[in-house]
Amino acid sequence: MPHNGAVSADLADTGTDSDAPAAPRPRRGLTSIEALALLLVFGLTARPGLTELFAAPAAQAWSARFVAVCVQAFPFLVLGVALSAAISAFVPADFFHKAVPKRTALAVPVAGVAGAILPACECASVPVAGALVRRGVAPAAAFTFMLASPAINPIVVVSTFVAFPGNPEMVGARVAASLLAAVTIGWLWAKLGKAEWLRLPRHRHHDDGKWAAFWAAIRHDFLHAGGYLVIGAAIAASLNTLVPETWLAPIADHPVLGVLALAVLAVLVSICSESDAFVAASLTQFSPTAKLAFMVVGPFIDVKLAAMQAGTFGRRFAARFAPAAFVAAVAAAVLMGAVWL
Amino acid sequence: MRLDAQAVILLLVGGGMLRLAWTGAYLDYVKPYAFWLIVPAGVLLVAVAAITGVQAWRGERAGDDGHGHGEPKVAWLLLAPVVGMLLVAPGALGSYEAERTGTVVGAEESRSSYPELPDDVDPVPLTLLDYAARAIFDEGQTLEGHRIQLRGFILYEGDEPQLARMVVSCCAADARPVKIGFEGDVPAGLEPDQWVEVVGEYTPRQGRDEINGELVPYIEVESITPIPAPENEYQ
Repeated sequence: MPHNGAVSADLADTGTDSDAPAAPRPRRGLTSIEALALLLVFGLTARPGLTELFAAPAAQAWSARFVAVCVQAFPFLVLGVALSAAISAFVPADFFHKAVPKRTALAVPVAGVAGAILPACECASVPVAGALVRRGVAPAAAFTFMLASPAINPIVVVSTFVAFPGNPEMVGARVAASLLAAVTIGWLWAKLGKAEWLRLPRHRHHDDGKWAAFWAAIRHDFLHAGGYLVIGAAIAASLNTLVPETWLAPIADHPVLGVLALAVLAVLVSICSESDAFVAASLTQFSPTAKLAFMVVGPFIDVKLAAMQAGTFGRRFAARFAPAAFVAAVAAAVLMGAVWL
Repeated sequence: MRLDAQAVILLLVGGGMLRLAWTGAYLDYVKPYAFWLIVPAGVLLVAVAAITGVQAWRGERAGDDGHGHGEPKVAWLLLAPVVGMLLVAPGALGSYEAERTGTVVGAEESRSSYPELPDDVDPVPLTLLDYAARAIFDEGQTLEGHRIQLRGFILYEGDEPQLARMVVSCCAADARPVKIGFEGDVPAGLEPDQWVEVVGEYTPRQGRDEINGELVPYIEVESITPIPAPENEYQ
């Protein structure tokens, strides 16, 4: 495409223009008018170029998946940050001191069961857990809540039930394995976790009242977690498009490799916990335990979640938490699979 | 990042989602029920953008108060899905994906009985998933003696055209195809991704998907008619 040189040059120019003022000098950011104008210019000049760039079927498929993950996840993220902002702004700090048991060992299982009350997927539970920690809830209990909630809430239970008709023990095994692993992680954190691994983005104290704090928290949390969500969505879309499914087939029959393969697949594809049961059910070549591992690991840890956890709690935390959550989830799934399925 | 730039990004993300809902393009990416999630979320984001815009206009500063926790630069990445939603606007996944993904019929394996098809409708419209499940797990017992109507798009497995439709559980990222083979005369020159309406009868012939080895049922073709793509291309 020879005539496109000018367009891509334009594209590159606008790209660097918009980055340059934002990055190095903190005081001289973009004004909204400049940003809007740049976007307008970008939109008008780049659109033909973009259409051609994304005309290849693989690029179309990638961008459709990327947009799909974002569009599916944003509403739950908005719900999560709105809840977390409401907790930060309106729930008095001493409420949690009264509601959550004093002893962490007891608070962890209580938090796990309480996870059932947040009917949303994992994109919502990460910011809510962040707000709980800021509100003085023991991190161990908040993490157990964060892990258990997307796996055992009513919507997920019902969708698992529908996805595995005539197979209610799959629902029981999923809830039991998820709770077990979530509580284990909570206790593990209480024993070994170090506060210095956590780096929570601090909220500014607002003197202009609770509503101002509420809106500021939504704005900040959405921009922050949303940015990380975009990274995760891009990785998930790339893996879905690039990793051919044929790789899975030879592994499916092996009892151990099958479980590990679906556990890793759950991390890579990053499906919302409300509907991962349908995908698990469609992976018919695999054993029930492997499908259970897929459904227990998915809400605990996946590439999109790891990116969001790194954004909400800090990278040092995520680097330790992600492998621990993965191992606990796989172990609990194998245990429940052996006992129940 | 300054407050006014934050307002613009929030407005673009919220506005982009509302636009997808308004134009119906959201059906290329998510399930129909997601409309009721996208719209409130979009409205809330636009409201946050408006409030942020007012604060910026009044000259308030963003929350960087010297702790080093300034507004996150990572938020600029939110422009990527905005570009995706508004400028690239990729269409629904079609034959390219379906040719690279195994067929999905296994999903309804455990269903024990299939309701009889109505006798007073001819041909009987069925979804591809329903036809495939009846053909494979029920040996076509409920399909015998009926003319069946299927709607899907064309893909090629090697040189052989097949009928397919994408099944989506959550969002398009997990889309997987159901595939059905043609038995009998197929009109030449069917393009991949062309939507067609197929009328035909059940045939016991079955094949195997090259990718995942699952069964692919066939249909005895009576007619294949090109149709425009439906509003919701997924199932």
